[in-house]
Formats: sequence, structure tokens, C-alpha cells
Amino acid sequence: MKATPLQRLLATVFGWIVALLLFFPIAWMILTSFKSERDAISSHLVFDPTFESYHEVFARADYLTFALNSIIVSVGGTALALLFAIPAAYAMAFHPTHRTRGTLLWMLSTKMLPPVCVLVPIYLLFRTAGLLDTTSGLVMIYALMNLPIVVWMLFTFYKEVPNEILEAGRMDGAKTAGEVWFLLLPLTLPGVASTGLLSLILCWNEAFWSLNLTSASAAPLTAFIASFSSPEGLFFAKLSAASTMAVAPILVFGWFSQRQLVQGLTFGAVK
Amino acid sequence: MATLQLRNLRKSFGPAEVIKGVNLDIDDREFVVFVGPSGCGKSTLLRMIAGLEEITAGDLMIDGKRVNRVGPADRGLAMVFQSYALYPHMTVRQNMAFALRLARVAKAERDRKVDEAARILQLEPYLERRPKDLSGGQRQRVAIGRAIVRQPKVFLFDEPLSNLDAALRGQMRIELLRLHEELKATMIYVTHDQVEAMTMADKIVVLQAGRVEQVGSPLELYHHPTNLFVAGFIGSPRMNLMPARVVDVGAAGTTVALPSGAQVVVPVDTGSAGAGETVTLGIRPEGLRVDPSGPIAGTVALVERLGGLTLLHVTVDGNQMTVQIEGSDATRAHDEIRLAVDPGACHLFDTAGQALPQSMRHPLAA
Repeated sequence: MKATPLQRLLATVFGWIVALLLFFPIAWMILTSFKSERDAISSHLVFDPTFESYHEVFARADYLTFALNSIIVSVGGTALALLFAIPAAYAMAFHPTHRTRGTLLWMLSTKMLPPVCVLVPIYLLFRTAGLLDTTSGLVMIYALMNLPIVVWMLFTFYKEVPNEILEAGRMDGAKTAGEVWFLLLPLTLPGVASTGLLSLILCWNEAFWSLNLTSASAAPLTAFIASFSSPEGLFFAKLSAASTMAVAPILVFGWFSQRQLVQGLTFGAVK
Repeated sequence: MATLQLRNLRKSFGPAEVIKGVNLDIDDREFVVFVGPSGCGKSTLLRMIAGLEEITAGDLMIDGKRVNRVGPADRGLAMVFQSYALYPHMTVRQNMAFALRLARVAKAERDRKVDEAARILQLEPYLERRPKDLSGGQRQRVAIGRAIVRQPKVFLFDEPLSNLDAALRGQMRIELLRLHEELKATMIYVTHDQVEAMTMADKIVVLQAGRVEQVGSPLELYHHPTNLFVAGFIGSPRMNLMPARVVDVGAAGTTVALPSGAQVVVPVDTGSAGAGETVTLGIRPEGLRVDPSGPIAGTVALVERLGGLTLLHVTVDGNQMTVQIEGSDATRAHDEIRLAVDPGACHLFDTAGQALPQSMRHPLAA
């Protein structure tokens, strides 16, 4: 069925409204970051753009250290999750048993548990193991946090690969590792890439564990933002500047990889 | 050199047994076709030989060595899949060289073997293309090429032509036979298409519900089916089967009566079965002809004119019979006709569906 011009117009308008609603808080944050503290709390829309907040934020905290921690824990957590998820999803997709479905659902169900429920045990484990305020501790917790989603996504991508191609590989002499490395990964590369991208974004934006398990040396950008919502009162302009700097890398990253992301997330659903 | 022996091979998926004890000998350089209806277990049996399915019980021997526990690649077999199963992300050359690359064959040697296979299959212009840029027939040839470069002891084909259109299928059948000649390799070929089975096989294995119904040359199966299933499965159009009663057993053969009373003498040795016994009479469509003095009366329901052949669908005693006549025939639908029978094209089956032995063997069906 072909849409009439009116339907298309309505759809376009609706699309723009949704997009603007979603984008508004981010736009507002970026705008506020260029205001002075006085303009930030005033109700006037007109203001004098200034870099004042950025200067202060830079002066008060070491942005680069936080950013570096964010990169380490995001990339590390994603890599570790993929390392475990690729074989796990392979086993479940190509050698399923009658328990595979249940296992997948159980893995996903762990995401329904509020993280705060396990905060105390995890905190105690981390303290005993000496992992508090270390990037390696955070890498582990992020990998575990994302593992269910990464396994689930890879599983759906793997399911799209015809079993016969892997069997042909086996006939050609490929062992399990060869099957995965030479056939499965190249064939599902778009899917693996978008899974990795999503995991990176989730790690980057994660705040609960990073705020509770780090203090100084391993603190990522989420902790950097939090440090500006200080007890001495809310300084919206500085908070906005800090937030903008924290999300900027992932926004740019997401912008460049959006095609890959959308393609990956709709892979299999469309077609 | 490659011979295969299947000794009481069995396969179960959970409680369901799908291969129920298959015994089979395959000689060196033989072209063996597994044929049977869907779900008969022919593909499963091939996959068990390939090593892609575990063998539940029994022995699989290749060149006299038991290989039940040997991995697929180490059995010295190559397989061509129904879907071709080409590696989509590799070029034709890479597809064909993949097995050699895994076996750490030197690049020069690899290229030489791929070029050789490409020459045999006329794939030289396409070596740098990817599978998605090839036609169905070309993909099929790449799949075969991938098997050839490994110089396997045995080629396995799993319904390789079923995704091709009719014209291409006919052409590929001939190419495969030519290849069999050229490579002098043992080939096992699975199909549900009995035309493929008849035209290509040295030896046909008819399977049904996980059991071997009959093993033999195409003409042996056609002229001397051992039971009703094989009789009905091999041959197109199908053999006419109708209930009959033994009237007399004599030196010339067995006289049977159809429900209408029409009597036919069949050169079959009924053995223990005597007069009065119920049997099934089978007549090949080309064994019937229109003859005003013939014993069987019927009404023509439908005429199919193929040009070189004419098929009459005739209602006899309420049963449908097919009559195949050479050339174009003037008979039309609703005509009342009488049919004569060529005794040599007749078979009798007892109540258990087993063929009663014919007194004469067909000269070409040794």
C-alpha cells in the first residue's frame, strides 16, 4: 500500500516531534554549558555565550584521566564480554540442547534484577579481592553486566548463518576454532560490530557501579559528572559543561557508527 | 581406491530411530544413488557417512578401516550440499582453496589445484568473483570444484541439483557423469528424483523409513522390483497396480483374474501360492496397448499428449490405469477401449507386498 501525501506529511511531522523531544534535553544541556551560572538559572532565553564553565571545569578536575579510565573500562569490558560471549553464543546457536532456550532466558532474567540488590555482596567481594577503585575491577563488572545482552545478540546473528556453511567448513577440515574464526566471525561481522558498539555505549554510560566501586584512581567520566553535582549547591552551567564533555566522545562515536548500529539492531528483524 | 562397507548402521534421534540397520557395499569408482521419498533417511545416511551425524550403532568402513569415530575431514570424503553452502565472504578461488589452506598446503600448490579444478569445471573466468555474483549453475560448479580440489576418495552429493531449473538440471546430470568418468572416483549421490537415480547410477539403493528396500542396477530395479514399494517408486509414469486372484498355475505361468473377470497370463512362478490366492498385479504403462481383442475393458478418462508419447488414463473396474503409447494416438477421452497386456511387463506381488519371482530375467538386468 502506498501512503497518501497527507499520511506522509503526518508521519514526517510526527517523526520530527519525536526526534526533537528526544534531542531537546541534550540540546538544552549543550546550550546551558555555554551560559554563565547566572544565565543558567534565569528564565530568559537570550544569553551571552561563554567558555567560563569549561575553563572552571578543566581547572577543577583532570578531565583526561577520567576520559582515559572511561575508554579503558568500556573497551576492556566490551572485549572481555565478547571473548566469553562468542564461544557461548556459538555453542548455543549451533549445538543447542533442550536447555538452551531456558539458559538464554535465565541469562536475560539477570538483567531484570536491580543492580542495587547485589551492591553489598559485590562491594564486599571487591573489597576482599582488592578490586575497589581499580579499572580491572570495573572491566570485570562491566563485562558481566553486558554479557547477557551480548550473548543474546550474537546468538540471534549466529542463528542467521546456515548450518550447512559451517558443516561445509567441517568437511573442509576446519576444527571448532577454525569454524568460528574463518567462517562465523567474518559472516556475522556487522552483527558482532554492532553488538560491540552497543556494549561500548552501555559501558560508557554506566553510572551505578562506577560511582559505587571507584573513588579516584579508576573513576570514569560518569564519576567526573557526579563530582559537579556537589553539596555546595547545583551549578547548572558547570554541570552541563562537564556532562557535555563526558558524552561528547560517545556522541561523536555514535554518529559515525549509526549506520552500523541500526543495521545491526534491525538485522534479522527486517529482511 | 575407495570402497565403503556399511554394517548394520543405525541412527536414533532421541527415542526415534531413523536409520534402522542398513547394510551396503560400495565398490571402488561406483556411482551409487540413494533414492527414496522425503523423510526416508537418505540424507541422514549420507551425513552419517560424511561424519556430520554421529553413528548410533553399527560399523562404517572406508577401505576396510572402521571410521565411526574419525572426524569428517579425516575420512577423505568431500561433500556437495543441496544449498551449495559456499562461503559467501570468499571469492570462488578462496572457496575452492579453503580446505587446502586449512591443510597448510603451499600457495603455489593450492593455486595449481584450484586452476586445474576450474579448468575441468569451466570456472576460470569467475575465480575472483564472490558467490553472490554467480548464477545457480555456476555456484553449483563451485561447490563441486571445492570438492574436487581435495582429491577425495569419495564424493558425497546431497540433492545437488534440486535448486536448479529443469534445463540446467539435465545439463548438470550429464556434466556430473562426465566428471565421474574423468575423476574415476567413488560417488554417493542422494536424490528424491528417480529420473536422476535411473540415469546416473551404477547402483541404486532404494530407501524407505530408514530401511533399504532394494539394491541393484537401474534396470534391475525397473524390471525386477522385489516389492510393491520399489515397483511403485521406480518408473515414471508409475506401474499400474490392481488387485487380482490366482485362477490357475501352469507351465506357461500364472493365470490371474481381475475383479471384472478379465484373465491375464503372467510368466511368474507363484511358488507356494496356489489357485484362489489374492495377489496384486503390476503392469508397466508401456506393457499395455489398445487392442480391440484385448482382455481388459475400460473407459478413457483423460489423454495426455506429449508428442512422442501418448498417456491414456483409463478407468478399469473403478481403478485408474495408465497406458503409455509410442507416438501420437487418436484415442480420445470417454472412448470405450479394450487393452491387451505384454506378459513380460507384468509382475505379481503377494499379500505381504513381496514380488513373486519372474520366470524370465530381463536380458539387460543382470
